Amino acid sequence: MSDKTTPPAGETPEAVETEQVPVEQRAPEAPVAQADPPPAANRVLREILTSNWLISLLAIVVALLIGAILIAVTDPAVQKAAGYFFARPGDTFRAIWESVSGAYVSLFQGAVYNPKRGDFVNAIKPLTETLTFATPLITAGLAVALTFRVGMFNIGGRGQILVAAACAGWVSWSIDLPAPLHILLATVAACVGGAVWAGIAGVLKARTGAHEVIVTIMLNYVAFYLISYLLKTPGALQAPGANTPKSPPALPSAVYPTLSDLLGVGSYRLHLGFLFAIIATIWLWYLLNRSSMGFRFRAVGENPHAARVAGISVTRVYIVAMLLSGGLMGLAGASQVLGTTTTGFAAGVDAGIGFDAITVALLGRSKPWGVFFSGILFGALKAGGYTMQASQGIPIDIVLVVQSVIVLLIAAPPLVRSIFRLPRPDAEPPARRKRTTATPEAVTK
Amino acid sequence: MTTTAPAPAASAPIVHEKALVRSWKTPIILGVFALVALLMAFVFPNSGETTFTLSTTVDAIQLAPLVVPTQITVIVVAVLLVLAALGAVAFVRFGPGRAPLWISVVFAVLFLFAFLTWVAADKNIPVPGMLVGTLALSVPLIFGALGGVISERGGVVNIAIEGQLLFGAFSAAIIGSITGQPVIALIAAMVGAMLVSFVLAAFSIKYLVDQVIVGVVLNVLVVGLTSFFYSKVLTSDPSLNSPVKFPIWPIPGLSEIPILGPVLFRQTVIVYIMYIAVFLVWFGLFKTRWGLRLRAVGEHPQAADTVGINVNRTRFWNVALAGAVVGIGGAYYTLDVVGQFGKEMTNGAGFIALAAVIFGRWDPIRATLAGLLFGFATNLQSVLGIIGSPVPSDFMLMLPYVVTIFAVAGLVGVSRAPAADGTPYIKS
Repeated sequence: MSDKTTPPAGETPEAVETEQVPVEQRAPEAPVAQADPPPAANRVLREILTSNWLISLLAIVVALLIGAILIAVTDPAVQKAAGYFFARPGDTFRAIWESVSGAYVSLFQGAVYNPKRGDFVNAIKPLTETLTFATPLITAGLAVALTFRVGMFNIGGRGQILVAAACAGWVSWSIDLPAPLHILLATVAACVGGAVWAGIAGVLKARTGAHEVIVTIMLNYVAFYLISYLLKTPGALQAPGANTPKSPPALPSAVYPTLSDLLGVGSYRLHLGFLFAIIATIWLWYLLNRSSMGFRFRAVGENPHAARVAGISVTRVYIVAMLLSGGLMGLAGASQVLGTTTTGFAAGVDAGIGFDAITVALLGRSKPWGVFFSGILFGALKAGGYTMQASQGIPIDIVLVVQSVIVLLIAAPPLVRSIFRLPRPDAEPPARRKRTTATPEAVTK
Repeated sequence: MTTTAPAPAASAPIVHEKALVRSWKTPIILGVFALVALLMAFVFPNSGETTFTLSTTVDAIQLAPLVVPTQITVIVVAVLLVLAALGAVAFVRFGPGRAPLWISVVFAVLFLFAFLTWVAADKNIPVPGMLVGTLALSVPLIFGALGGVISERGGVVNIAIEGQLLFGAFSAAIIGSITGQPVIALIAAMVGAMLVSFVLAAFSIKYLVDQVIVGVVLNVLVVGLTSFFYSKVLTSDPSLNSPVKFPIWPIPGLSEIPILGPVLFRQTVIVYIMYIAVFLVWFGLFKTRWGLRLRAVGEHPQAADTVGINVNRTRFWNVALAGAVVGIGGAYYTLDVVGQFGKEMTNGAGFIALAAVIFGRWDPIRATLAGLLFGFATNLQSVLGIIGSPVPSDFMLMLPYVVTIFAVAGLVGVSRAPAADGTPYIKS
């Protein structure tokens, strides 16, 4: 279908083009392409997309091992047993095992299934918690992934989520509408808010060349102080009569219905936002892989110079991609305000999702379904992390460590390969570098 | 730079035609602010008297507080500001085409004076306290900005300044508590921040991971690690989080200078290191072989490689050096102002430092001034909070970030990054 609807200007894929052009015309293009290489972001993107799932798995294993080391080292019982290590080494290992296994068992119980909670309805509640935490991570991760595919970075998730939350929040308590309409309007308001905030960075990049990384980072803080101000101002976002910077609660008609409302059992917090996240994933998959706009996006992401030559308006792609990304971020903001913290929010409503989203997108290799599942994994880490903190006294911050180690390792496949002594595929940059450093030596000899 | 003549220099004497570029940006901005001053003077006048306290009780030379009648002062200064704006217009219209920098500086100082006088009608502005607060907030920003300048001049984007500051503060707190020696703690801070740099350098130079990604992820990693240890270890054992602070060393003579003396020269050794570091980085970057090489690697790595500079090794060690410099800024938190480590205590200072790097156009002196400006804006917000100001404090806090967005968008001056900033070098 897409073959017929796409305009011819944006179509012409590079591969087809080079095959169809006669050789004598193709020859002078090669040096031009060499002199004008795609920017670093595009090369990085290719690297992210081409490394395989095994690396991801190994990276998760290494990260969990590092987490285990941190847990063991800081556990007082382990430290005590290590005091007489040479007398009875078995004690130390037992203490390490107990501390680490206790931590990861409670992580699992907090994230997936806890048989201690009695019947199935309660025992499975942790899984719904995982999905609840995953909901904003997925949509925000999709937002970041979308910009990665265009060769841009959206570090501004925090600001976009805050602005979106403010928009959704305002609609949710100041307009009186019947339920489905109200939910829809509040969600759309969030998307528009996020899109506008991200759009600033897109327009500035397209018009003035301002680097979107810097602009989005700065916009995070501008949004934070703006929302803090509005939350302190009666008549803007502050709850009437409140002394604290907190918003009024959302009207019941705007709150996302939860799974419990649907099934009539349990006390699940999983809400409509998760359905939106699934829809957003399918939509982004369709957009990137099946639509002409997605083709233009990917073309610009692979090589903006080539895309421009092919007749694609690169500046327009930058702006549109940023707007769509902001809209997805807005969805994450909506799920926070209308789904989880419906009793009124403070300036910390973003809960670090904007930055987590970057790690989610990287782990998901910027592919919609990859992002979906990595969002669920990080949601599980978050949900389990809170249980681990409550039952084992292990600070939730360890989840940040595990997350960032996973992403660092995934971003550097050669490192994981060298840790596990895996064979190196030929296309790896270090291999190429080795070869070139070997050549001059051979010459001098 | 000016000596590089165009190729056909040998032909007949060339009369250089000077293209007169008239830049109206400065006069327009000055005009807007002059209008604001006129509004303060005539539309929303404040009556009464404003007191500027000029010395604290411990100062050797006591200055009488400066008391000015609010309304008349604001009117007089507003008129002066209008004249200055007209002067800028004259410079652009009839003079060299652009307003000189000094007119903007004079204007800014006058405007600030008018604003403070207007805000603090019948109240007291403690000038020394305000300056001390500015410097205290600026020190980490300036160290962060210097580290950012070194690293980015070499072609490695340093988003991880925040993480380096935080880890520096953390290492200084722990080692300072264990050894009881602030000097060793300071070295530990440098080493700690350097470790963060090593990860940044290894991933971005050896494994060619995108520098922005590594920087962002490193910040998360450092926040996670330090918060984990803080909650798990430091809160249960406070003796690990009570480093010995640096004592204040007044410099004899210099610290007796009225107003500025106590602010600049009654400080700890970290602040004195900062003065030296600013000079050293500037001197090193522009006057030594090290600086030339560093800049070459950041501007045109292929050319640098051709003349025999090892690009990746230069980058690696300079990123490490940048980390060490930022680490001193981190130590300032735990060994000077605050005195102990707190969860996420840097609170975004690393990003303001990044903003200072960009606003300072990748130049150590300008970046330092930008750091001072941002520190001043942040501090002014708390001073105004005490006095009770018409401008909400959140907007003052927003200022550095907004200014930076304007700067990168090219609306205020032109800030151009080193040409190879952010691109890894692959030898071909």
